Amino acid sequence: MKYTLAVLVENKPGVLTHISGLISRRAFNIESLIAGYTEEKDMTRITMVVEAGDECELEQVINQLSKLIDVIKIIDLTGQDRIHRELALIKVTAPPARRAEIVNIVEIFRAHIVDVNKETMIIELTGEESKIDAMCELFEDYGIKEIVRTGRVAISRAPTPAKEM
Amino acid sequence: MKISGAQAIIQCFKQENVEVVFGYPGGAVLTLYDALYEANFPHILPRHEQGAVHAADGYARATGKVGVCIATSGPGATNLITGIATAYMDSVPIVAITGQVSVPLIGRDSFQEADTTGITTPITKHNYLIKNVNELPRVFKEAFHIARTGRPGPVLIDIAKDVFAAMIDFEYPQQVSLRGYIPIREGDEQAIATVYEELLQAQKPLFFVGGGLNLSDTSSMARKIVSHTGIPVVSSLMGLGCIAYDDPCNFGMIGMHGTYAGNMATTETDLLLGLGVRFDDRVTSQVDDFAPKAKIIHFDIDPAEINKNVRAQIGVIGDLKWSLAKLYEMISKRPSSEWEKQVAPWREQILSWKSAKPLSYNRNTEKIMPQEIIETISGLTKGQAIIVTDVGQHQMWTAQFYHFQEPRTLLTSGGLGTMGYGLPAAIGAKVGLPDKQVICICGDGGFMMNCQELMTIADLNLPVKIIIINNQSLGMVAQWQRKFYQGHYAHSRLKTKADFVKMAEAMGVPACRLESKEDMPHIISEVLKKEGPFLVDIRIPEEEDVLPMVPSGARLDQMIMGG
Repeated sequence: MKYTLAVLVENKPGVLTHISGLISRRAFNIESLIAGYTEEKDMTRITMVVEAGDECELEQVINQLSKLIDVIKIIDLTGQDRIHRELALIKVTAPPARRAEIVNIVEIFRAHIVDVNKETMIIELTGEESKIDAMCELFEDYGIKEIVRTGRVAISRAPTPAKEM
Repeated sequence: MKISGAQAIIQCFKQENVEVVFGYPGGAVLTLYDALYEANFPHILPRHEQGAVHAADGYARATGKVGVCIATSGPGATNLITGIATAYMDSVPIVAITGQVSVPLIGRDSFQEADTTGITTPITKHNYLIKNVNELPRVFKEAFHIARTGRPGPVLIDIAKDVFAAMIDFEYPQQVSLRGYIPIREGDEQAIATVYEELLQAQKPLFFVGGGLNLSDTSSMARKIVSHTGIPVVSSLMGLGCIAYDDPCNFGMIGMHGTYAGNMATTETDLLLGLGVRFDDRVTSQVDDFAPKAKIIHFDIDPAEINKNVRAQIGVIGDLKWSLAKLYEMISKRPSSEWEKQVAPWREQILSWKSAKPLSYNRNTEKIMPQEIIETISGLTKGQAIIVTDVGQHQMWTAQFYHFQEPRTLLTSGGLGTMGYGLPAAIGAKVGLPDKQVICICGDGGFMMNCQELMTIADLNLPVKIIIINNQSLGMVAQWQRKFYQGHYAHSRLKTKADFVKMAEAMGVPACRLESKEDMPHIISEVLKKEGPFLVDIRIPEEEDVLPMVPSGARLDQMIMGG
């Protein structure tokens, strides 16, 4: 099963090395990991999607990560009422004759065209992973040149911020 | 007044009550060494960086203080790796300081550059790279704090060469502020009450003690609990000595080379209380069949240890200083006599296993048996010496036949199993505790892995006694080859023209070879009384096995017996 963790860490050099080192040493299965600034200058938030066999395996991931000195807090968002999103940029083959069809699909998915040239278009889509997967599937008929995805970010709907949970 | 980064480090040492450092100079740490020179700071020079880190480790294990070692950048730092990993696996508090190339040269594959923090991340509790001298006091304060608190462990500080020379207004912080590191000292008291309830119900309770008792200095509290209740005790390798060998409740080590009584007790117990243990695979063997009839209760300071290897019905997270005191408070309210009534039949049963199949070996031979050597040393020292071992057969014979009476008296690489650990670790132990008898027991294989440290011992005239249990083999490897690889001794024979006695003498350590069984007690007794260092090379039969033995994949009660 996939679990979504919010990991709050010190915004210091070397923190990502410590986290990736731990993941490889303990042979944890990480599907995606994304880090970025937060509402606090000295704190980075990592959203991690972990593949774990059961709660026990997940508990090990959380306990071991918690031992890292620069990890401030870990919140398991899996069971919580939450919103999660991923951003994808997709470069699609778009000869002038087929552009109208592509624009149609983009509108249906509420995506955006962010760049266009003689041969290709770049489409930006934000949504849950399944939505991105669905759009990518449609574009396969046109020829996808390149896809770049951020991996999942997640936030709970509850009024309390993660750092206070 | 401004001082240099190097001078600031000396000040940090003083603030942290560092008495001595073990180190090896080199290009990137020249400025630091100049400051050590100016301050005349106590420094031990081993002959290899690996010697420095094992010595710091031995010092820390023997004294309970933080061991400090220093190495230069690149190869100096990489030579520390085995020692840092050794300390990490056994939760030993050390601070390792490495030089790094100057800040402008970092990342350019400069001379003697290695990514030391990158390399050591998986084997340190934490590490730092200092590129700005102003971070130095805070980093040192944090490093010592992290190394010695919670579950102890090694911390590495990598320092760019130019930082040692940069000037700073030195002020040592009084407090650390690490919001991501708050060790749990006191946990859930209710959990201990539940443990007490379980103890009242149990017919066959068993304490299983480990290195955590050494690290937390709680062996005396554990002894009070055991002596009040009479509950039998078994131990991991790292826990030997925490409960005195002579204690009638003590049934010795369990696991792959554990005692018959200990392994049977573990198989039959209905309530196993692990105190500061981590249920290593050398103890559990087949983990699904470990203590199959028992509820398992696990006391540990590290929450990540609970349920890591075996499922515990109750986990008591917290410092053993806190949890064992609370447990004692509860159990001591019930009179000893009632506990005795409850557990005496069970203890008698274990005792009958012990009497039926005690640790034994062939005493009717002309040859010098390794077990007999250990028994002799044990008798002569009354189980009170600090015994530092290497890794292999001699290590297991020491664990089985030396009668450890006190905590922190067996220094051995339990988790990583590092050959070459013994000799340098003995240096550290003797430097830390000069009034204690320190004996290094090693095999002929592991001895060679850091034998350069004989020079250190000679030059310091350190009264370390070295006993080489010499079977001209990598004995443990050969034992497995004998048992599981049709006796194919693939590169495990070390028959050599070299002469350990001459080698020791050439390096400045007096030595002798012991060849006759009759002379053994007398010669060892004389050697132990000698003032300076001494080495004894003792030839033992090449094909002697460590027994009992639980073959890998078997259950603890499926021991190969012998003797």
